[in-house]
Amino acid sequence: MSYEEVIFYFVAAVTVLGALGVVLTRNVVHSALFLILALLAVAGVFILLSAEFLAIVQILIYGGAVTILILFVMMLTRVRDMPQALDGPQRPFAALAAGAFLVLSVLAALSSDWPGETREITVVPFREMGEALFRDWAVPFEVASLVLLVALIGAIVLARGEEGE
Amino acid sequence: MAIELEHYLILGALLFSIGLYMALAKRNFVGVLMGIEMMFNAVNLTFIAFSRFPRFADMTDAERLSGHVFVIFVITVAAAEAAVALALAMLVYRNRETIDVDRMDLLKW
Amino acid sequence: MIQDLFADYIAVLIAAILGILLVGGALMGNYILAPRQASRAKSLTYECGMLPIGRSRTQVHFRYYLFAILFLIFDIEAVFLFPWAVVFLDIGKAAFYEMLFFMLILGFGLLYAWKKGVLSWR
Repeated sequence: MSYEEVIFYFVAAVTVLGALGVVLTRNVVHSALFLILALLAVAGVFILLSAEFLAIVQILIYGGAVTILILFVMMLTRVRDMPQALDGPQRPFAALAAGAFLVLSVLAALSSDWPGETREITVVPFREMGEALFRDWAVPFEVASLVLLVALIGAIVLARGEEGE
Repeated sequence: MAIELEHYLILGALLFSIGLYMALAKRNFVGVLMGIEMMFNAVNLTFIAFSRFPRFADMTDAERLSGHVFVIFVITVAAAEAAVALALAMLVYRNRETIDVDRMDLLKW
Repeated sequence: MIQDLFADYIAVLIAAILGILLVGGALMGNYILAPRQASRAKSLTYECGMLPIGRSRTQVHFRYYLFAILFLIFDIEAVFLFPWAVVFLDIGKAAFYEMLFFMLILGFGLLYAWKKGVLSWR
């Protein structure tokens, strides 16, 4: 096995085990901590795919901000008072849907004829990434700011409820 | 055997299925949201995998970079969605004293 | 080159492994060496020597959540600022005004939060 394979299988195993931990732990706070592990491992996969900037973004946004938000909401809503059965009665259907999706997509991935490594692929240059973002994708970039503005105002309005002035 | 596109696709499919199960089966609103975030991540992983192993050998760098830029926007929208969804969870909790999605059934009949 | 990439990240890998070993070793050492006798009194919440009343979990105020949202939104702005800072000299005026517009729009959000008193701690 080459280094690449060892590292890939290690990171992939951490990702999948972290994701399974999120589903299987009974304590919701532990499940959020497993989620952090899984998301950081995904950042590792991004590095393997030579997308360094996205790995940093992943750590910054998912590893930091989103999980903090999730943990805050858990503190705010007394999740411990939830009934012990964390999975609802729809569990078998969920398992069926997820299993069917998994089998179908793995079969599709294996049976399709993907191109191999056709050429030497270098790390995606950071500079070109920025140029693509600000030259070709300028309008979506501005729209993203509107999405963020709406999300910010909406979240403030919703979270304050009637307790504000 | 080197690591090919299939490996990443299967990893993405695994992550997506786990997230799908979680989003469908959990009773806790926050758990559902965590499942959705996991599905976002699986899709992002697949995007970057396709960008790393381009379909045509003559794809330019700019074309390949579309996958990366798309992932940035997906992350942005996912974060905005998480902020609003969690605010909704807090609002429901404040009105109904629960974040059990099975008990949020006021619209059912 | 994929090999160069691994050479760059070998330090990260070593630091991660050392960190896991250090914390895991400390926890394992504690588990092996320390004597453990569980008793009910030990697992009570410590409350200045008095017997605790009620549950240990207290409701956190939702105000924390609003700060977390502000942090999240401006974290994303920072993500867009990184590639912008690298290329804005090459692209020139267009990139400058794009980012100015972006920050203005998000600035409205901050203004709204300010106006609504999210930023003041009462």
